[in-house]
Amino acid sequence: MFDPPKWKIWTIFLAIALGVAFAIPSFFPRSEVATWPKFAPRTQIAYGLDLAGGSQLLLEADLADATRQRLAAMEDSVSQELRREPRIQAGDISVANGQLSFMLRDPTQLDAAVERVRTLTQGVGLTGTRTWNVSTQDGNRVIMVPTPEGNAQAVKEAMTVARDVVRRRIDPSGTREVTVINQGSNRILVQVPGIDDPEALKRLIGQTARLEFKLVDQRADPAQVAQGRAPAGSQVLPMADGQGNIAVQRRVMVSGEQIASAQQTFDQQTGAPNITIRFDSAGAKRFGRTTTENVGKPFAIILDNKVLSAPNINEPILGGTATISGGFTVETANELAISLSSGKLPVKLDPIEERTVSPDLGKDSIQSGLIASAIAIFAVMFFMVITYGRFGWYANLGLVINALLILGIMGIFGSALTLPGIAGFVLTIGAAVDANVLINERIREEQRRGRKILDAIETGYKEASTAIFDANITNVIAAALMWYFGSGPVRGFAIVLLIGIVTSVFTAVNFTRLLVALWVRKNRPRELHI
Amino acid sequence: MKLLKLVPDNTNIDFMRVRNIALVLSILVTIASLSLVAVKGLNLGIDFVGGQVVRATFAQPVNIEDLRGRINALEVGEASIQDFGDSRTYQVRLPSPPGDPAASARIIGQVRGTLEKNYPGVKVGAGEAVSGKVSGELARDGLLAISLAMLGIAIYIWFRFEWQFGVGALVTLFHDVSMVLGFFALTQLQVDLNIVAAFLAIVGYSLNDTVVIYDRIRENLRKYRKMQMLQMLNLSLNETLSRTIVTSGSIMLALAMLLIFGPDVIFGLTIAILLGTFVGTYSSIYISAPILVWLGVRPDSFLKAEDKAPAVAGGDGAVV
Repeated sequence: MFDPPKWKIWTIFLAIALGVAFAIPSFFPRSEVATWPKFAPRTQIAYGLDLAGGSQLLLEADLADATRQRLAAMEDSVSQELRREPRIQAGDISVANGQLSFMLRDPTQLDAAVERVRTLTQGVGLTGTRTWNVSTQDGNRVIMVPTPEGNAQAVKEAMTVARDVVRRRIDPSGTREVTVINQGSNRILVQVPGIDDPEALKRLIGQTARLEFKLVDQRADPAQVAQGRAPAGSQVLPMADGQGNIAVQRRVMVSGEQIASAQQTFDQQTGAPNITIRFDSAGAKRFGRTTTENVGKPFAIILDNKVLSAPNINEPILGGTATISGGFTVETANELAISLSSGKLPVKLDPIEERTVSPDLGKDSIQSGLIASAIAIFAVMFFMVITYGRFGWYANLGLVINALLILGIMGIFGSALTLPGIAGFVLTIGAAVDANVLINERIREEQRRGRKILDAIETGYKEASTAIFDANITNVIAAALMWYFGSGPVRGFAIVLLIGIVTSVFTAVNFTRLLVALWVRKNRPRELHI
Repeated sequence: MKLLKLVPDNTNIDFMRVRNIALVLSILVTIASLSLVAVKGLNLGIDFVGGQVVRATFAQPVNIEDLRGRINALEVGEASIQDFGDSRTYQVRLPSPPGDPAASARIIGQVRGTLEKNYPGVKVGAGEAVSGKVSGELARDGLLAISLAMLGIAIYIWFRFEWQFGVGALVTLFHDVSMVLGFFALTQLQVDLNIVAAFLAIVGYSLNDTVVIYDRIRENLRKYRKMQMLQMLNLSLNETLSRTIVTSGSIMLALAMLLIFGPDVIFGLTIAILLGTFVGTYSSIYISAPILVWLGVRPDSFLKAEDKAPAVAGGDGAVV
């Protein structure tokens, strides 16, 4: 062992050099690192929200709502499909008890109808299980039931879209370091560093932002509308400001999908904040046609099934832009504009967990955490030197390299340092010396048994290695399970522990062994103080 | 330079002489700990029972009754208000409303709003809201992680050593974990997600210690086949004693620094690991070693297959 092959020496130093190089950027401010030359490593350790300050939200999809929406969408598709030539006359289309059913005027068309609606259902994945089951009843009724596989797929697709929508809403410019990830099958985790007002965040995300333009039903009797009843083909919707109800036609004239962009603006006369939206070409055409045909009639602007306002159409609006007003503040108008241009959420999201740390508190924590870590490292280093002398210094050098390697690897993987992570770091420092303690104690022991210096060192390293291996594997098992099953702080702790175990075994065994070997080869010591 | 030796050379402490006393003591303390948990219960944080917490620092000292009145006026549940010594920093905790999973997150906004409206200059430092649904999952995942870690490690040790060692490790772990649980029941320190991390760290460290000793026992079992079991355990423990003391010492030193100088937020986490390290060191000597005697480990337990039965050829030396 005292004549390690050249390649081994180089490999060890190369690994350390790489690790340290990737750790260095973490000691400089982000703005400065950004100006470094291209070839220089720029990996920086990120701080978790508990350290950096910021908000975290865990959102859960309202699956009942998703299923309802899916049924409603299928209802639309089915009625459209049946209206295609040759027409199939159907009535009593209804959505109830989680299924969609309709009755045929002409029972002989049953097979044709089933054939027709079946084209609306698809196979899922490799098994080809269908998204809907179509069955018949009483010879003239078709019943469509969504399959669990179909629902699961719909949720999966909706969650992917929802994640992107949420990201666009929080970070329209794409510059903030937000994290938006899907968690499990029906959750989205949102982390926004630096924001300590989660309310704005929740308002932004909470809006489904389904925008619709519908004509107001002027035939409706106000007394009946107040009681929540509307003529056929119309529905009663509440006003957004809580001032009663209004009846609108069911037919959507223009919808939010046809919006090209939305922006917060100010009303030229009153100076009140409002929102200017621009339609895409199809939307502009429809909006123009609708307003031309209905001059003088009131037009309802509906957001998430609440009527924002119902102004009269004074003249045809042909330019493809429209202005929405409705008692906004600059803030709410801006939020709504962002929500509208990011598209509507395919499923309602409820916040089920919320954590916020103010940036100040985070700063204090980082400081005292770092100070405590530094003191802990120095205390352990001092302890090592007075216990093992030269071999203690080697262990300490390994310790410093180990700390840098942990930083470097965390930088490479982009894993965030959290408060429990700092505790994990300190624990790793404590445990990292264990490998060296095992080796050094073993060398002492072998010396006592009368072995010569070189022999004692060699046997010490060799005999200690099984214990080091077994002891660390058990820790790896614990840390891996912690990471897999844990969430939040547990994960932060586990990741540092996992990285720390690997690097500490490497530095404690390979690196210090190399240092000892080089020293022995050069000096041929006659006595060994350990 | 004279080097420090915490443990003198060639110690010959008869650890096993007191093994029965230690065992009775351990059983008693374990029972006491578990009864404490059963009687007093653990002070579970909102991570596990749901609810919301807001920590706020006020510009002026405030009257706690005024504060309580304002929070209760929101009618979002019975507030528990705790001060942090200086009558300017308070923590408000509210129970989780049943039903609506999104209600927790909404309430925290209301509380925040009330504080900011009524107390100009207030700094709302941190707020957390966990719905009952998530908290149940967090509690389940935490328990699962700790149990699986214990089991996984025990199985690994069973494979690397012998089944008795696996059982020994499991019993040792159970002992350590109950001890720390008892501590939390006694002090009523809050148990949150951080503490789960602490428990897993304890499991990892306690095992680390036990494995090092087991490793030496295995080595000596192979080396001294004629030696009496108790004598062999004493020898192994004495041989590893110096390492045990130095390592535990350095870890506890590091943790003590974190306890004294570190942020308040990780006080519970740190003190749990510190206590666990101490208990883990004790138990690896007084529980994990003697249990091997009771489980019938003998010097021939590690004889290689071909030594045991020379007639059977082809054994690769694996211990089965």
